[in-house]
Amino acid sequence: MKYKRDPKRIRQVLGKKVQFILGDMACVYGGLLAGCSFFGGYPITPASEVAEGMARRLPRVGGTYIQMEDEIGSIAAVIGAAWGGAKSMTATSGPGFSLMMENYGFAAMTETPCVIVNVQRTGPSTGQPTLGAQGDMMQARWGTHGDFEAIAFAPSTVQECMDFTIEAFNLSEKYRNPALVMTDGEVGHLRERIIIPEEKDLKLIDRVEATIDKKKFIPFTNSQTRKNCKVPDFPTFGTGYRTYVTGLTHNEKGFPATDKQPDHERLVKRITEKIIDDADKLVSVEKFNLDDAEIAFVTYGASARPTESAMEMGRKNGIKVGMLRLKIVWPVPEKEVHKLAKQVDKIIVPEMNLGQMVHPIREAANGNCEVICAPKIGGEIHYPDEVYKYLEAK
Amino acid sequence: MVEVKTAEELNKKFLREGMWPTIFCNGCGHGVVLEYTFWALEELGWDMDKTMFASGIGCSSRLPGYINADGLHTTHGRAIAFATGIKAADPDFNVIVFTGDGDCAGIGGNHFIHAARRNIDMTVIMINNFIYGMTGGQLAPTAPLGSIATTAPYGNIEHPFDICELAKALGANYVARWPVSHPYQPIKSIKEGLQKKGFSLLEFLAPCPTAYGRRNKLGDIKKHWAWYDDNTILIEDYDKIMKYGSVKEKEEVKDKMQIGVFQDIQKPGFFELYDQLMERLKVEENKKREGKK
Repeated sequence: MKYKRDPKRIRQVLGKKVQFILGDMACVYGGLLAGCSFFGGYPITPASEVAEGMARRLPRVGGTYIQMEDEIGSIAAVIGAAWGGAKSMTATSGPGFSLMMENYGFAAMTETPCVIVNVQRTGPSTGQPTLGAQGDMMQARWGTHGDFEAIAFAPSTVQECMDFTIEAFNLSEKYRNPALVMTDGEVGHLRERIIIPEEKDLKLIDRVEATIDKKKFIPFTNSQTRKNCKVPDFPTFGTGYRTYVTGLTHNEKGFPATDKQPDHERLVKRITEKIIDDADKLVSVEKFNLDDAEIAFVTYGASARPTESAMEMGRKNGIKVGMLRLKIVWPVPEKEVHKLAKQVDKIIVPEMNLGQMVHPIREAANGNCEVICAPKIGGEIHYPDEVYKYLEAK
Repeated sequence: MVEVKTAEELNKKFLREGMWPTIFCNGCGHGVVLEYTFWALEELGWDMDKTMFASGIGCSSRLPGYINADGLHTTHGRAIAFATGIKAADPDFNVIVFTGDGDCAGIGGNHFIHAARRNIDMTVIMINNFIYGMTGGQLAPTAPLGSIATTAPYGNIEHPFDICELAKALGANYVARWPVSHPYQPIKSIKEGLQKKGFSLLEFLAPCPTAYGRRNKLGDIKKHWAWYDDNTILIEDYDKIMKYGSVKEKEEVKDKMQIGVFQDIQKPGFFELYDQLMERLKVEENKKREGKK
């Protein structure tokens, strides 16, 4: 029988309103609150707790957990479930994320809402399985072949692991695009206090399902029920629309158009523009001490935690430093960064890799100030003084 | 139950308008399997709004495009994993996967193995033409020893994969193999496979004159069909010969492909067991709650 979200039941299963839990578990809570009813999992450190949490709770709320044979199968099943009408998600880490890349692109091409949590660990290859990193930030944006747009969140706290998983579901449903929660082994394996939001405070977005006359319905074009909306209405399988969904370049009816340039251009422009057009609405940042800042940190995820300390050390020592923390990392808030670059002399980007998000940030700064990377790798979060020393460097 | 009488009426009912012409070459066996599937569906009288198809990449995987039903044409080898998700979203759906020998036994082997092991309630129709046809005739994992392919120009030296024996070993509920040259047994087997709870596999030997036949001296359909007659043997006959036959008779049949129904059992399917699990959790939780009161 088809899953129906039961808020009372979900809260019964989640338990107390205030809890002290793991970041990975907070992703489970966020998924369940958002109405996730299918999880395709595969064990991988440091993301396994998400699958474990789902395996324990999904059957109790009426959803389905299946441990798939690999990460390729996990994301495939997640996409299949989405077409069957479910909100669905999976969780993985670096090597598994690499394996998911082909079907990640399939989800973008077929406009399938789904959520992937990536609890990043160090790489390349097997790297340091138990330790955190932010080495997949570019892969999230460019890892699958061809042109597409990524939607990705970066939680800095356990509370945000839950909140952003809910938000990732909302945006994936709204834009009919895969959405990512790019957390890492640091935040994923951190225990903090979380507050589970009341049902009335929970804002959930569901995909707009196709409702118009079946003969008039066109599956892969602008919405036929909403004005100026490039996101088509969703013809859930089993509702009689009898839709053909393919990863091949398809025309508006969904039929393969593999040798037709105009069809490809129209399709790929629409699936990217539906997100780019809304870039301003997709800005989600937190600002610290930026009003009079001459130096700014721009950072995200776990790296924001030591960076905040470094900023406070700087302020104590009379340095006019502020911080811009990106909550949504893809799309990059280009206008925000551009404005900031015009105000400050220097932007420093602390991240747990040898320099990834620094590139789009430098592009957004567009030469208006110096943009440098403050890298840290090896499975350790920055120490605040390691970040601080970039403030004093001439 | 049967409403339509001719192939023309059948096609009108089940084919998707606007997808013609097909990509298939002259003499290709895929259309034949599709028609057998339509007859089986017609005889079952299933609601096509609740019957959906998934496929991967390759010629066989284009079949869902020609069916007037929901279809998910996915990535190479992954159709069974996608189909697992569709079924999970609503176990009342009828889920059918069309796949080929390369898609299923090659790149998708692992998904096939585990869906069969889990006994996921779906029907997998694997069309085996011994070749990667869409990409122009490269060696497939099911190709008989000695087969010529563009990537086996001096003859195949790899032992072929028997996907039916594999499915049987994994405990799939229904497993059958037929060449497309026999119309009645395939339709009957598809019907049985579709009705079966749990995992069912139907393998069809189907000609690919363009990519396989041309290189392997099986140029036209007649030769292909004669090859099937000469190189296959009913499972029952094979077993009899192996038990009671002479040394010479045994020698004659030992390398032939067996055809027929390999397995027909009633192991509980994944979603049946999942429902029981959810029910058990409910009962345990209620007991706990009452205990607290």
